[in-house]
Amino acid sequence: MKVILLLSVLGLLALFAELFRFKKILYPIILIGLAGAIALAISYWFFDDGAMTPYFTGMVDGKHQIPTAANAIGHSFNQMLAFGPSSVLFSVIILSTAFLWFVMSKGFFNNNSTNTDHYALIMFALVGAIILTCYTNMTMLFLGIEILSIPLYVLAGSKKSDPLSNESAFKYFILGSFASGFLLFGITLIYGASGSFDLKTIGTFINTSQEAIPSFFYAGILLILVGLLFKLAAAPFHFWAPDVYQGAPTPITAFMSTVVKTAAIVAIIRLFLSTTFSGADAFWVPVLGVITGLTLVVGNVTAAAQNNVKRMLAFSSISHAGFLLLGVTALCGFSAKAIVFYTAAYSIGSIATFTVLINIMHQTGSDAIESFNGLGKRNPLMAFILTIALFSLAGIPPTAGFFAKYYILTAAMTGGHNWLAIIGILSSLVGIYYYFKIIIAMYFKKPTDESLITINKQHQLLLIVTAVIIFLLGLLPDLILSIGDIDRASIEVSTTNILFLYA
Amino acid sequence: MPFVFALLLLFTKDDGAKRVALAASVIEFILCIVAYYFLRQQQATGNEDARLFINIGWISSIGVNFNVALDGISMVLVLLTCFLIPLIILCGYEKKQRHPSYFYALILFMQMALIGVFVARDGFLFYIFWELALIPIYFICLIWGGENRGTITFKFFLYTTLGSLFMLAALIYLYLNTSVGETGIHTFNIQALAEAGRGLSLTQQSCVFWGLFLAFAIKMPVFPFHTWQPDTYYNAPTQGTMLLSGIMLKMGTYGLIRWLLPMCPDALNYWGATVVGLSIISIIYASFMAIAQKDFKRLIAYSSIAHVGLIAAGVLVFLPLKENTEGITGAIVQMFSHGINVVGLFLISDIIFSRMNTFEMAKLGGIRNVAPKFAAFFLIIMMGSVALPLTNGFVGEFLLISGIYKYSAFAAGCAGLTIIFGAVYMLRGYQFIMLGEIKSNTSLFTPLTKIETVTLVIISCAVIFFGVCPNLILDLVRSDVNALVREIKLK
Repeated sequence: MKVILLLSVLGLLALFAELFRFKKILYPIILIGLAGAIALAISYWFFDDGAMTPYFTGMVDGKHQIPTAANAIGHSFNQMLAFGPSSVLFSVIILSTAFLWFVMSKGFFNNNSTNTDHYALIMFALVGAIILTCYTNMTMLFLGIEILSIPLYVLAGSKKSDPLSNESAFKYFILGSFASGFLLFGITLIYGASGSFDLKTIGTFINTSQEAIPSFFYAGILLILVGLLFKLAAAPFHFWAPDVYQGAPTPITAFMSTVVKTAAIVAIIRLFLSTTFSGADAFWVPVLGVITGLTLVVGNVTAAAQNNVKRMLAFSSISHAGFLLLGVTALCGFSAKAIVFYTAAYSIGSIATFTVLINIMHQTGSDAIESFNGLGKRNPLMAFILTIALFSLAGIPPTAGFFAKYYILTAAMTGGHNWLAIIGILSSLVGIYYYFKIIIAMYFKKPTDESLITINKQHQLLLIVTAVIIFLLGLLPDLILSIGDIDRASIEVSTTNILFLYA
Repeated sequence: MPFVFALLLLFTKDDGAKRVALAASVIEFILCIVAYYFLRQQQATGNEDARLFINIGWISSIGVNFNVALDGISMVLVLLTCFLIPLIILCGYEKKQRHPSYFYALILFMQMALIGVFVARDGFLFYIFWELALIPIYFICLIWGGENRGTITFKFFLYTTLGSLFMLAALIYLYLNTSVGETGIHTFNIQALAEAGRGLSLTQQSCVFWGLFLAFAIKMPVFPFHTWQPDTYYNAPTQGTMLLSGIMLKMGTYGLIRWLLPMCPDALNYWGATVVGLSIISIIYASFMAIAQKDFKRLIAYSSIAHVGLIAAGVLVFLPLKENTEGITGAIVQMFSHGINVVGLFLISDIIFSRMNTFEMAKLGGIRNVAPKFAAFFLIIMMGSVALPLTNGFVGEFLLISGIYKYSAFAAGCAGLTIIFGAVYMLRGYQFIMLGEIKSNTSLFTPLTKIETVTLVIISCAVIFFGVCPNLILDLVRSDVNALVREIKLK
């Protein structure tokens, strides 16, 4: 809970900065504050006498359990929020991404130095995201979604003089409110059937009254699904995404495609992969399966046809949403694990890609794919790290993205969705096609302008850190996967072979 | 073992990249010989299961181990890799390369991945190395390739990745069917995967079979999955072509022996006629294409498809008759010889190209009169390639065809055509290029340099040496082939 409080305080502080004239030091304050929030979130691991229940062992019959008062660490606000192990993991991913994101978008805040409300808006959006990782009540789900979205409506339009940015904000707002309406309606229907907003009570309701569930309860599930899938930009609710992503300022696009996406999928997990709706899986799994397949195909195929990198990334983020949903559809003991890893890998890869994109746009003034031409010569470091990041997004070993895809596919096959796994494989092949368009442009195409592209120290460091994380997660995925259950690997070496081990 | 390369790779960033790279690869070759010696010693003690291995936990939460082992079959391919890489580096020794340090770093990186593929005994590790091998060769072709390299290398990359992804799906499927031990975790261990595979029903096995076969068939390549190959070979830089044809296509045939046969024998039994048919079509088709080529480098590319088709056929006919080990043994021997021969041939085409600036056979002629030494080397390597007795190609092809004969005389007849066709297109190439009257451009053919001579001498010696005493390889693999055969049981 302290995380939410801390973030809110940071947000308010940012609002007051203008008034009390300390906005120059606001940037470092926010960074330190975020680091503090990460530390706080991590410290939840150690609350429970240091013997924190490993997240993944909280499964019963392959279904992740909502923490109850007994096994949750911070259960507060009248049972509205519960900070369970899954909340900790996702919060850490969200906050770390936000931290890296802040490092990346320093320029964005400096350009808009007249007002500090951008800081405040981002902080409030983060509060919404954290609420989504730990809600145990439908009202909190709705509040979280709204707190997350409203700042983003504003931020998408923060390039006030740019008509594209305005269009983007307007589109996002209208369609977003529409989706919120769906969500609210769904919550109402479910309340009407079960008489409760509480996730656990709803779960018990499904299990106890199997036969007597009214049909409008299922309509409620569908409507909630629509509302959440809109936030995740899954097909066929994705039409807003390309325009909004392209029109919004690039750092905001990066924020939307990393933090918001993670928050949206964790909101879905808490409803569908938990004991809440998993009792009704016979109903929603086929629906979600169709949506997943559609999202994978639509996202990848349309991305392949794009020539604008920002727009291409928008479509590719749709396809990544498809992979995340594939993990949910699988509904097996492995799903949550796979999704955690996927969000981490995807966020890191995106941050690296957007960092390079921001620099390129800054210096060439264009985000068309041609502006990447010859980057291999114009700035080898940037080209190299972008290659690694794109490898990771495309899912080529030994990067983090490969393991992420691998876990999702394994989950899908464990859940018996072999066809969806094959669609996933084919569509990720299309993914390789368009990610490699950029790599080919960087190393093979002649640039119109041979001048070097410079990059500041801070971004350089950020890129190197992301590349290291991508490889680290790719080579030692156990770092994330087995938090809590450290297992000493057995080493088996025959005598003569010691020579070769050392050789 | 592969750790060595990663370490050496770091040093190659220096200026004297090619020297360091050469030294590194020679050291590796020596290490490989040492490993060979140890392995032979173990085999000499009569230990049926002689192998050197390392098995360390890697991603324990999903049952992936860093599990590598070196037995006779792997040893042959590792030897081939370690033998060819120094030669490939030598080939480019006198040429000016852009960014030499990157180039040689990529080659060594590639060597690491290739050795990894040949020694991996864990499905997941195998897949990782398999993909890792693709990345350096992609960049080698992309950055140092000929015209049109963008689209062509891309086609190559996409094609092979398609295959690999299906292989991944097949491996995951097997993985999920492995028995869960007391740990409650599935495992990617090759034996467990094979047991899981044999436990499946015929339909399930068929899915796995086609998943794996697709990956291997694209890599080799076998008709109708070969369309990426001639263009890629033609446009890649010579060293890239050597890596592709000499070593990388052996990944496919090795995969057939090590992974496909034990995993889904029933499916192979069922689909056997189809895949053997494909291999044989691939032999005949590629031979005809080779005969029709006007361009020497393309001719070699097609001849490579024909040879590898024969190898694939030899492996795939294994099943109906359990005692049919000739096919597999022949395939292994032939993989080794073909690697050496094809690298030799590409080296020759490169030497011609560097002097005449063309691969077109009609524009060449009479080089023998100008450079008799070169002609002699060409002749020896070519004889190896057309499988003349006492050259290395003969042993392998003989065993392969006798293996196929046991399966079906008709198939053997068709496959045997490869020798005749091989002689036709090879001799035709030789005749056009080396014999005939001296043309105005060929009269300027400069004599071989020292390094070229050394490389050609080494290759020619290897061609004759392994032709005269093939037992070195046959003894090495005998016990392991028998072990493999014992392991495979039909339902």
